[in-house]
Amino acid sequence: MTVVFQKTKGLTDNPTHYCPGCTHGIIHRLVGEVLEELGVLDNAIGVAPVGCSVFAYNYFNCDMQQAAHGRAPAVATGIKRVRPDNFVFTYQGDGDLASIGTAEIVHAAHRGEKISTVFVNNAIYGMTGGQMAPTTLIGQKATTAPYGRDEAHSGRPIRISEMLSTIHGAKFVERVAVNTPANIRKAKKAIKECFQIQLEGKGFGIVEVLSTCPTNWGLTPEEAMKWLEDNMIPYYPLGNFRRPEEVE
Amino acid sequence: MAKVKGKVSFQENLCKGCGLCTTVCPVKIITLDTSKINVKGYHPATVNDPNRCIGCANCATICPDVVIAVERE
Repeated sequence: MTVVFQKTKGLTDNPTHYCPGCTHGIIHRLVGEVLEELGVLDNAIGVAPVGCSVFAYNYFNCDMQQAAHGRAPAVATGIKRVRPDNFVFTYQGDGDLASIGTAEIVHAAHRGEKISTVFVNNAIYGMTGGQMAPTTLIGQKATTAPYGRDEAHSGRPIRISEMLSTIHGAKFVERVAVNTPANIRKAKKAIKECFQIQLEGKGFGIVEVLSTCPTNWGLTPEEAMKWLEDNMIPYYPLGNFRRPEEVE
Repeated sequence: MAKVKGKVSFQENLCKGCGLCTTVCPVKIITLDTSKINVKGYHPATVNDPNRCIGCANCATICPDVVIAVERE
């Protein structure tokens, strides 16, 4: 018998505090596996956000820092500029990156900071109890949008990957999902490519990962995966938006 | 045709009973064991017919809590 799957050294032995079926656990594991495979675990510094994944520093088996809400790219900028030989990444949710932290991520990308960002988009504020986020879909119910998001009132959901791919400094932009084993494998590939771009000194990279929130969506974990596929992927199309060779 | 044989092992007490592994198993051998409650208070996932496992690792790939390890012959 050969081992085909075992826990990565990129994660600590702490059990996560996430709700049953929350895909943060899957994405944590992918990041941990990539850090291990690239051999940067001893050299990596992660920046945790505010939100459900605020305790990410307990789970990643590398040095971690925790930033104020939305400011992970600013903190990562500081770390990378002081310690350019370290691998620096941020791990952020949509309430963090796409809302209060939009300025930080846009300008970190614009400056071409040599950091990598894992952006987990589940279209809702998880930790605070299911409020509407900038990424909440039209018609999607949230505690602050009990009748569903109304375009006339709140505008359309923001597409971060498309926006960042118009910025010259962003050298790698890809959107993936973790709703099926096949998509999870593709997500890992994208995260690896993104991280490699930093290691090669090419500049800023971001991977947007479509994720679920069964608790605040009011669905079972299985239904949530289906909801992601039926509702999120049509609005947030998967695929690569930018590779370094495409930037003139 | 020789069938690929696999072996999955679950760390039962880490399982949160989300059931995602049961949805992706191509041979449908994983279920939540409703006769049991683990230390977290959930019905843990279990394999009811281990001989049919093909070691595809789909269950381990989708498990959010890294409960599953997979071996293949």
